[in-house]
Amino acid sequence: MLDKLKEIEKAALESLAVVSDQSALDAWRVANVGRSSPLMQVFAGLGKLSKEEKPVVGAAANQVKIVLEAALEEKSQAVKNAMLAKSLAEEKLDVTLPGREVNIGRLHPSTQQLRRVLSILAEMGFQVYTSREVESDEMNFQMLNFAPHHPAREMQDSFYIDVDPSAGSGSREDNPILMRTHTSPGQIRAMREASANNPQNPPPIRIALPGMCYRYEQITARSEIQFNQVEGLAVGEGITFADLKGTLTDFARRMFGHDARVRFRASYFPFTEPSAEVDVECFVCGGKGCQVCKNSGWLEILGSGMVHPNVLQNGGYDPKRYTGFAFGMGTERQLMLRNKITDIRYFWGNDVRFLDQF
Amino acid sequence: MKLPISWLKDFIDLDDWTVEDIARKLTLAGLEVDEILYAGLDMPTYKEGEKHEFKTNGIAWNKEKIVVAEIREVKAHPNADKLTLLDLFDGLQEQVVLTGAPNIFHLKGTGRLEKPIKVAYAKEGAVIYDGHADGLVLTTLKRAKIRGVDSYSMVCSEKELGITDESDGIIILDDDAPVGMPLADYIGDAVLDISILPNMARNANVIGIARELAALTGHKLKQPRIEFETSGRSVEDLVSIEITNSELNPRFVVGLIRNIQIKPSPYQVQRRLKLAGIRAINNIVDATNYAMIELGEPLHAFDYDVLKERAGEKKIKIITRTAKEGEKLMTLDGVERKLTSMNVLVCDEKGSLSLAGVMGGSESEVYDASREVLDAKGIEIKSGEIQQGKITARGNSTVNVLLEGAAWNFINIRRTAKQHNLPSEASFRFSRGVHPALAETGVRRGLQYMAAWANGTIAPGLVDEYPLKPKDSVVGVTSKDVKRLLGIDLTLEQIAGLLSRLEFKCEITNNQLQVTAPPHRMDIDEGVVGLADVLEEVARSFGFENIPTTTMADALPPQIGNPIYEWEERLRDLLVAIGLQEVVTYRMTSPEREARISANENHVRIANPIAPERSVLRRSLLTSVLEVAEKNAKAESIAMFEVGSVFEPVKNDLPNEPRKLAIVLTGARIGSAWDVKNPPAFDFFDMKGRVGLLLAGLRFADIVYAEAGGTSHLHPGKSAEVKVNGEVVGVFGELHPLAKEKFEFGDSPVIVAEFDLEKLRTLKPSFGIKPVSEFPPMYEDIAVIVDESVAASAIEALIRQTGGKTVTNVRLFDVYRDEKIGTGKKSLAYSLTYQAEKTLTDAEAAAIRNKIVKRLENTVGAKLRG
Ligand SMILES: [Zn+2]
Repeated sequence: MLDKLKEIEKAALESLAVVSDQSALDAWRVANVGRSSPLMQVFAGLGKLSKEEKPVVGAAANQVKIVLEAALEEKSQAVKNAMLAKSLAEEKLDVTLPGREVNIGRLHPSTQQLRRVLSILAEMGFQVYTSREVESDEMNFQMLNFAPHHPAREMQDSFYIDVDPSAGSGSREDNPILMRTHTSPGQIRAMREASANNPQNPPPIRIALPGMCYRYEQITARSEIQFNQVEGLAVGEGITFADLKGTLTDFARRMFGHDARVRFRASYFPFTEPSAEVDVECFVCGGKGCQVCKNSGWLEILGSGMVHPNVLQNGGYDPKRYTGFAFGMGTERQLMLRNKITDIRYFWGNDVRFLDQF
Repeated sequence: MKLPISWLKDFIDLDDWTVEDIARKLTLAGLEVDEILYAGLDMPTYKEGEKHEFKTNGIAWNKEKIVVAEIREVKAHPNADKLTLLDLFDGLQEQVVLTGAPNIFHLKGTGRLEKPIKVAYAKEGAVIYDGHADGLVLTTLKRAKIRGVDSYSMVCSEKELGITDESDGIIILDDDAPVGMPLADYIGDAVLDISILPNMARNANVIGIARELAALTGHKLKQPRIEFETSGRSVEDLVSIEITNSELNPRFVVGLIRNIQIKPSPYQVQRRLKLAGIRAINNIVDATNYAMIELGEPLHAFDYDVLKERAGEKKIKIITRTAKEGEKLMTLDGVERKLTSMNVLVCDEKGSLSLAGVMGGSESEVYDASREVLDAKGIEIKSGEIQQGKITARGNSTVNVLLEGAAWNFINIRRTAKQHNLPSEASFRFSRGVHPALAETGVRRGLQYMAAWANGTIAPGLVDEYPLKPKDSVVGVTSKDVKRLLGIDLTLEQIAGLLSRLEFKCEITNNQLQVTAPPHRMDIDEGVVGLADVLEEVARSFGFENIPTTTMADALPPQIGNPIYEWEERLRDLLVAIGLQEVVTYRMTSPEREARISANENHVRIANPIAPERSVLRRSLLTSVLEVAEKNAKAESIAMFEVGSVFEPVKNDLPNEPRKLAIVLTGARIGSAWDVKNPPAFDFFDMKGRVGLLLAGLRFADIVYAEAGGTSHLHPGKSAEVKVNGEVVGVFGELHPLAKEKFEFGDSPVIVAEFDLEKLRTLKPSFGIKPVSEFPPMYEDIAVIVDESVAASAIEALIRQTGGKTVTNVRLFDVYRDEKIGTGKKSLAYSLTYQAEKTLTDAEAAAIRNKIVKRLENTVGAKLRG
């Protein structure tokens, strides 16, 4: 009997050795450890054995069972591994096929740039102030110290709005309506709002004025009829030109990199005095000279200056007590410099092939 | 303005300064140098990777290879009629040089010249511009044989040396040019092209720039020496002046110079004028221009004999007055100008002579020098001929010139020049303000130059009518003022030091500096504005670069934020999050463009539109976005929005600028790809889903969609209006086929939405979130058959109502129609979610379900399906 068990074990292990897939493995299981397998029949026949034989054969049969089951388990794992390896090999992709994209939305590049500028200014305490796009000559020019026929007006050719002639005999002749040429009328509006509540002691002001401005130009690669501007205005007691330099140097470094060199160059704007252009070292060529900076190594990025006494006065702030500074920049111009965009018409052209790149 | 450095150095010693140093100083002080043009002086050479500072052009003249030489004889060329051979001495040796220059051709074969001609001589190996090439092409002189004669050097034209683009004749230098001297040492120059800001008009002249540099560098300004001898009868005996409006004409000065020989100016003068962008004409014209460029005072030369003839027996009387409305004047350009009462005329007793400060008149045959200069651009001048103005046409060998220098109201000149479209060197300066003090200096300088260059004799005296003397502004400045505005500590002495370099008079009294503006400044006010004007000059002289950088120390203003702006930015973020591309479009459009979808006819109109298609401000934001979508129609999928203002006219006042949102979807819902063929097109429900997400994102809960009535640009069956909190805030739907036809779109439907942001922004959002239960939800499907007329929203509402708060979600997952259900019927299948604060049993769920079914049966006649 024990010999028979040995044979059963030997035959079973031999047949298992050639099993290589799941179905052969299942068949082997039925044939060798299944209910009607020779081994199980040995177990079934135990009752017929003598008292002495029974425990010996029983133990031996159990031993065979353990061996076969262990072999089965091992084989089963091997078959599984082989199958997995096979299927992995079959599932190989062409990883160079295009990925599946999602239709995502994007902000217009101008909005993105406005946000960049405004978030830096916000951290410096400049809160957003918005105002209307169609303005009176009074707010756009006169209150900002542009006298009628002042040469500086030629710097800003304007779009004028038709006033209904039936509305009265030229009642707006001295104060025509126009498309704002800069966001600066908002400076007057903001100062007046702030000073109206407390004319004796108007509060300090620190605002950022973003928005669309308009100039009478032909639309070409280099000039547009509308553009976004962000201005800043700080008014208080004890604000100096040195503060202007410090604040705008900080701003320029946040905007253009911490090692950006900045210079202040005297300039002229009717609503500030002294006035300064702020140049940053060309970030395209590092100041070595290139097309973008016209070989000067510098890029003009901000106009600035101490708020003119007349403008403070017009806003309800006593220029003997208050001082302040203002600055302004064009966001599309910044984008053009940064991204080497040579045609300004891209911005309002809104070709998705342009917009997709931001 | 274009400023030759050599001219600048007449008035300030800058020998230790390079051209770049000068340009840098000026640029930082507000006189921005746009470009440096080299005409002879050494140019900086930038190595690869080295920092540039200015846009630089031009040419440096090699000192060994380009020198002053003299032509001793002009001989015929053996094989060429048009060429000559020059016997030339270059300081070291005699040379034979070949040239085709026409302006010495007349000397061919005249033998040894009595007076040698001084020329600019370039030897073999010299780098110059090619005189025959188009544009500026550098070339190196090489040995060559021209018509059998060796040629290895040449006499140069102005183009070849980069002075002007004149290549027809050679440069003929002044007689005293030192033979053998390197040309660069003799007339080497560099020209700064400087942008003059409106408040810096006083510096649009050589002395002005020199004065600025003196202030910036601490070097001394060398004032021009204006001294000359006079003889003959005094001009005061011969001419009188009457000014009728001193506001418009504060000062009028004339001087007289007799027996002028008209001829070319010295070459040095011509060269400087040309480098400054002014054409050289003759000694009279050049003298007026030279004095103007140098001092800033435009001068006007009258032919004295003509005026005398017009006056007859009487003394010449110059009258300045405003024109009569409709009065006519033929200006020198031959145009008859119809004048208005605003225009100022210079007249004599016979009639008008010129349009003051702008242009001379032709009728009176008065020689107008300033006009000649401008006109010269159009005059064909043959090289070598003596260039003469109109004056010699009268056949006189010498002339007598009455020279005018005047002061005019700058606004009046500006308006007049604009009215008649007559920009000129004179009106450019007068319209920016020229101080009356310069009238006298200018006339004297002009007379001095005419005497020097034309052998004239100056009559004693000047006629000087000066009815309105401007007051020189006086401003008090303290150290505290300087600290308060500029943030720097300066003593009164230091402040005085900075200002006196700009010729301000400074006097210290009682801890205050009394500052008086110099008599060439018209831009310094008094009072609080005057203080700012003076402090600006302190800052510029001190140097912006020397002012420290500090952080604002004043109180931070109250933080109030900007809720409207912040809300709109959040709206933009939500729109982007639902897959929409933002666009920003022009505010200017035309009524015709908008009429395609909008019935609004009343627009804000532009008085001076750049084009008919941009004649009004938009009233329909959707039109703008549709136009962008149309332009992008080739893109497979378009999903875009704009947030912006539209403009509603208000009679005789500023328009309203309400904010709007417009969305356009068209084309493929998802992009086609290698595994996605023929993707479905956007339709109504794509827009509806996005609108829902947007409103949910804005935290609105009470949202109702209903059929849109009376929106003519939308498909009547595929459009809806949106109510939030019971208020209509927008409409959306498919563009009406007739509206779509007016654009160039493809086959896909175009889905649009428009929202009124003023309304939407002011509606109350509903904050707070529903708790998320820890107990397991149960899911169950219900399909009911109802009449077509029953709205899906009604069934959902009934389910939610009946189910109460246990039914937390109702999702329509199928709409089905077929014959088995019956015509006029539809099957709607819903997936319900049951959720309670405990684990629901099947029986509890079934009870709710039965209640819902019963309710649907009773209320809308629904039948449970399957
Ligand atoms: Zn660069």
